[in-house]
Amino acid sequence: MSRTPVVSLRGVSRSFGAARALVGIDLDVHAHEVVAVVGDTGAGKSSLVGVLSGALAPDEGQVLVDGAAVSLTDPAAARALGIAAVFQDLALCANLDVVENLFLGQETVRGGLLDEVAMEKEAWRLLGGLAARVPSVRMPVAALSGAQRRSVAIARVLLGEPRVVLLDEPTASLGLTQVAEFLTLVERLRERGHAVLITSHSLSDLQAVADRIVVLRLGRTNGEFDADKASYEDLLAAMTGVPR
Amino acid sequence: MTGPTPLVTAQDPGSRSAQLRRRLATGDLGSLPVVVVLVVVWVVFQALSPTFLSADNLVNLVQQSAATGVIALGVVLTLLLGQIDLSVGAVSGMAAATVAVGSVRLGWPLWLAVLVALAAGALVGLLYGAVHTRLRVPSFVFTLAGLLVVTGLQLRVLGAQGSVNLPFQAWLVRFCQTAFLDPALSWAIAGAVVVLYGAARLRDRARRVAAELSAPSLGSVGLRVGALAVLLAVTIAYLGTDRGVGAMFALFVGLVALTDLALRRTRWGRSVRAVGGDAEAARRAGVPVRRVLVSAFVACSTLAALGGVLAAGRLAAANQATGAPEVALTAIAAAVIGGTSMYGGRGSAWSALLGILVIQSVSTGLTLLNQDQAVRLVVTGLVLGVAVVVDGLQRRARES
Ligand SMILES: Nc1ncnc2c1ncn2[C@@H]1O[C@H](COP(=O)(O)OP(=O)(O)OP(=O)(O)O)[C@@H](O)[C@H]1O
Ligand SMILES: [Mg+2]
Repeated sequence: MSRTPVVSLRGVSRSFGAARALVGIDLDVHAHEVVAVVGDTGAGKSSLVGVLSGALAPDEGQVLVDGAAVSLTDPAAARALGIAAVFQDLALCANLDVVENLFLGQETVRGGLLDEVAMEKEAWRLLGGLAARVPSVRMPVAALSGAQRRSVAIARVLLGEPRVVLLDEPTASLGLTQVAEFLTLVERLRERGHAVLITSHSLSDLQAVADRIVVLRLGRTNGEFDADKASYEDLLAAMTGVPR
Repeated sequence: MTGPTPLVTAQDPGSRSAQLRRRLATGDLGSLPVVVVLVVVWVVFQALSPTFLSADNLVNLVQQSAATGVIALGVVLTLLLGQIDLSVGAVSGMAAATVAVGSVRLGWPLWLAVLVALAAGALVGLLYGAVHTRLRVPSFVFTLAGLLVVTGLQLRVLGAQGSVNLPFQAWLVRFCQTAFLDPALSWAIAGAVVVLYGAARLRDRARRVAAELSAPSLGSVGLRVGALAVLLAVTIAYLGTDRGVGAMFALFVGLVALTDLALRRTRWGRSVRAVGGDAEAARRAGVPVRRVLVSAFVACSTLAALGGVLAAGRLAAANQATGAPEVALTAIAAAVIGGTSMYGGRGSAWSALLGILVIQSVSTGLTLLNQDQAVRLVVTGLVLGVAVVVDGLQRRARES
């Protein structure tokens, strides 16, 4: 693709003590594109999402947005640039209710005070488009099921129409129908022009929806595949490092 | 306050009592349990000592609770973040010493001495915030260090005699000892509060209806506003048969109400609860966690200093015992007894008021029964013990 990628990584590395979570990663994500990042446990997928979302500072390398280097000092900075993430552990505050979680860090204010009415209305609208219904948006998240929590986290990422949506292992722990519903949602996001990056440790889930598959292994990119053409064996070999 | 769709009514119409039990078990009933405790304490002491609920005694009781109550309000803020400040008593003692020494020995204007004391409190909180956010040291350790340092400063400021008296005509002393709201003023304030509260509720309801969200019925709005009006009217009328509502107590309640508004209806308050619930999740949602932590430590120490200033005014003196360790322990106990969880993220500004009223009632009641300090400490300790156990059980119930 010749267009400027919405977001890119150039030579990004990050270590945790002796563990090298990311090593010299280069990556581009374009608008209208779904990139799947697959890799085994500990391959560095969550670290990659962390760097892109401003939650994790890289030791080396750059993040580019629209081709210009940016410094994502914290998740709010990334959000301001139109990058939002659903983290692997969802990162919801269990003691807050659904509306409070959805708008956390970006609350609607009216005359100096929180505008609960506007936020609640928007919460119903956002959640209405998603699969797992929550019984009440004024319920603490602690009282919701796993699937409902995931819906809340996904609704939060959609709030404010970010240009780049990062989803860290969204299909883990989902049932078959739920995966199908989720993939429909991802396709809708691509149609609407979002750049989407999804991670998974399983090969089969994402191939149907992804345009490109990037394989991570031990913190390095170990191959990039066109989703239509890549064979299961090629991907598996890249993931495990065992030559075919 | 539930959603507008039929999904809500479809949700378990099951027994109301089971629902109530679950809410009781998880602590979702908010302040209700402590209110019940307070009523029980009052009924018991009234039965044992007929003067307990006399207007005279209640006027003294609420005035007596104000200074430590203000400190407890600050403690609530740190507890909401899952932090603790053990030095609030020491900071209050230092503030009292600063006011007395500054205005009496150094001849500063009293308002300046008060401002310096509050600023010193804020500075202590700023230091705590910086240490906590930069070095990630647990707050109970460095506030313990702070307790020792600040107590040392307090002793040094007080000097060799260890006690400084404030003149009785000083406005601070008059404000804390003899200032009572004029009945007309009390009623005017109460009226304004009820009207504003009612108007806010009605406007809120109208907006919810317009937005097609579930809205409380007019009847339930009326009930809430009416309950508030009755509570205020009974309090003012009854205390009015004696000296009326003390200015210091009114200031305390006003601060509690303002803090409650800030906690429930501002972005800052929402951030406080989020950070207290799950700091890492809040950070990744874009909450400025460090700033929130620093602001809460600053607010806590400043309120502690204000509590010390009020204590000095009430005593018309500052001495080495002002802000003794018992003050910090009482303030922290009040916050917890009032229903603020020690595990962070749960609680309300009103727990400072309710908790200190419980402690002060127990203390006053036992004094009326001619019990000494020993019994007071034991009973207060037991009440705190029960509150802590309940807090722990509720946490377990929420997690299961
Ligand atoms: N906060 C941390 N502290 C220490 N080491 C970490 C931390 N986060 C990640 N690591 C290490 O970095 C490496 C990459 O971890 P990461 O979570 O990014 O992998 P992942 O691909 O998301 O794995 P999973 O499939 O288990 O989610 C691992 O070796 C992990 O142990
Ligand atoms: Mg991961």
